[in-house]
Amino acid sequence: MLADKDRIFTNLYGFQPWNLKSAQARGDWDNTKDLMKRGQDAIIEEIKASGLRGRGGAGFPTGLKWSFMPKEPRADRPSFLVINADESEPGSCKDREIIRHDPHKLIEGALIAGFAMRARAAYIYIRGEFIREAETLFAAVQEAYDAGLLGKNAAKSGYDFDVFVHRGAGAYICGEETAMIESLEGKKGQPRLKPPFPAGAGLYGCPTTVNNVESIAVVPTILRRGAPWFSSFGRENNKGTKLFQISGHVERPCVVEEEMGITFRELIDKHCGGIRGGWDNLLAVIPGGSSVPLVPAAEIMDAPMDFDGLKAVGSGLGTAAAIVMDKSTDVVQAISRISYFYKHESCGQCTPCREGTGWMWRVMERLRTGDADISEIDTLFDVTKQVEGHTICALGDAAAWPIQGLIKHFRPEIERRIRENGGALEAGE
Amino acid sequence: MADAPQIPDEAETRARWGAFAWTAESAEKAKAIVARYPAGRQRSAVMPLLDLAQRQVGAETQTQGWLPVPVIEFVAGQLDMPFIRAYEVATFYTMYNLVPVGRYHVQVCGTTPCLLRGSDDVMAACKNRGMVKGKTTPDGLFTLTEVECMGTCTNAPMVQINDDNYEDLDYDSTVRILDALAAGEQPKTGPQTPKRHTSEPEGGPTTLKEMVQANHDYRKDW
Repeated sequence: MLADKDRIFTNLYGFQPWNLKSAQARGDWDNTKDLMKRGQDAIIEEIKASGLRGRGGAGFPTGLKWSFMPKEPRADRPSFLVINADESEPGSCKDREIIRHDPHKLIEGALIAGFAMRARAAYIYIRGEFIREAETLFAAVQEAYDAGLLGKNAAKSGYDFDVFVHRGAGAYICGEETAMIESLEGKKGQPRLKPPFPAGAGLYGCPTTVNNVESIAVVPTILRRGAPWFSSFGRENNKGTKLFQISGHVERPCVVEEEMGITFRELIDKHCGGIRGGWDNLLAVIPGGSSVPLVPAAEIMDAPMDFDGLKAVGSGLGTAAAIVMDKSTDVVQAISRISYFYKHESCGQCTPCREGTGWMWRVMERLRTGDADISEIDTLFDVTKQVEGHTICALGDAAAWPIQGLIKHFRPEIERRIRENGGALEAGE
Repeated sequence: MADAPQIPDEAETRARWGAFAWTAESAEKAKAIVARYPAGRQRSAVMPLLDLAQRQVGAETQTQGWLPVPVIEFVAGQLDMPFIRAYEVATFYTMYNLVPVGRYHVQVCGTTPCLLRGSDDVMAACKNRGMVKGKTTPDGLFTLTEVECMGTCTNAPMVQINDDNYEDLDYDSTVRILDALAAGEQPKTGPQTPKRHTSEPEGGPTTLKEMVQANHDYRKDW
């Protein structure tokens, strides 16, 4: 188990105050100026060397992403850092804990990351439903300004940098980086076609990098302790510590920071008091938030919880939000409810997603009750393949994958319902 | 896509809200909001200003608030943007109420992590108090909505009522909260299980135990 001294988010549960004074006593904002003095390129190299991969789901190397930003921004085209705090992926609830309990890690990270990528300001886009969390964040940013840590000559570094908070208003799609930029510009949150990529033309047409809250909040600690410290955790290509979120049928659901690559079994036994009803009662797990395919019990139990470990069992780490389902679960209903989520959240821009998510949900509901024909399972699978990869953003893929995972692993269960309902014969006539 | 409600824009709505303008307090907040965005990019402020307007309507009507069309027109005018662009935003995001709501907007999360932990019981507790999904109770007290994932999955099931979350719910605790609100009291927010502070495992954290009692500095062990 990861030692407490190696945990980055020491006030994760908010037992202690989030304010600047308490955060400084825990080590935040400690000589930030000296970290920045190392220089922009040195910071980017250190983050690259640490092996940090984006914590928002896609896992793109963070340092590499920063290096795409222009080295000499033009005065009329300043660069921006946009921090994605639109945490809305079902199962995910880690950024919320950072924002309401350790906001200064995020704000200090924003300054350092913004400096490294030569940005003029950061916008933190926080989901609208995080109302109290946003209040804390606004107050923490104000504290940082009042203490001279942001604004002109931020933290006495000689660098001018602003941090602004922008609240969303209830749209999952704004977690997609170009939809987020559209939303920040005061428009509907509909994703843009890429290219151009945000690093070329993002917010207000200016070079922009969008990073997840956790990716930014870990940066100051990585710089203080060094890349070798961070990369001493986890396996090759899957380095560091990570906030895991375990919901569903475990004895004690929780958010916890652990080493990347911890096995699912260890994670659950150490922190969650085991599976409800014991390990024999485990049915399946959605290991990385609702967008990734579920994994049956036998395959997940000893799988390493990291990018490659979960890819190897046909799923993904995503946001490291494990949704655990025991044998009392109606697994078709569980996935159908996710299908409803994607139908609700489709922005309506691309036809395969706009029409497909509703169609897939309606068929899923019939499969749930068995009011279908066996052949419709294949039809549904075909439709998921027509949606997948044919939309501007990944919401279409995210809607398709859970259904594909269900059909792949639980086809006999779906067929049983259809047979018991007698639907196979009726619909076949 | 989410189903859109019918937008009321009858003469009555216009008569009631046609003269909407910021209060002195809102005007000051609006100014600070617009200042967050670069000059010439004031349109970026449309979302926070719609929220501000909805809250002002809420304060005037003793509800969570909503956005009558004349109020959206007002916000568009403040930002020098075409009404239809502001209307486009107001209808895209789910947190803008396009029809009047009650004193308390009861938003029960029904997405899978909450479903697995008993959101049906939370919904049943609401329905047994006479609430109907998508409707406001006749006394104007509660509006019930089933919402999508609210991002508190390790504290499922949950409900957000106006600005506060109530987490780790079951049927009885939901009833207790609704009773308290109906009686004009403010129930305890956050987790409803006694042995839980926030998102740590119930009964006490498995990590960082020193933090429970004091603001521990772990750097001396680095």
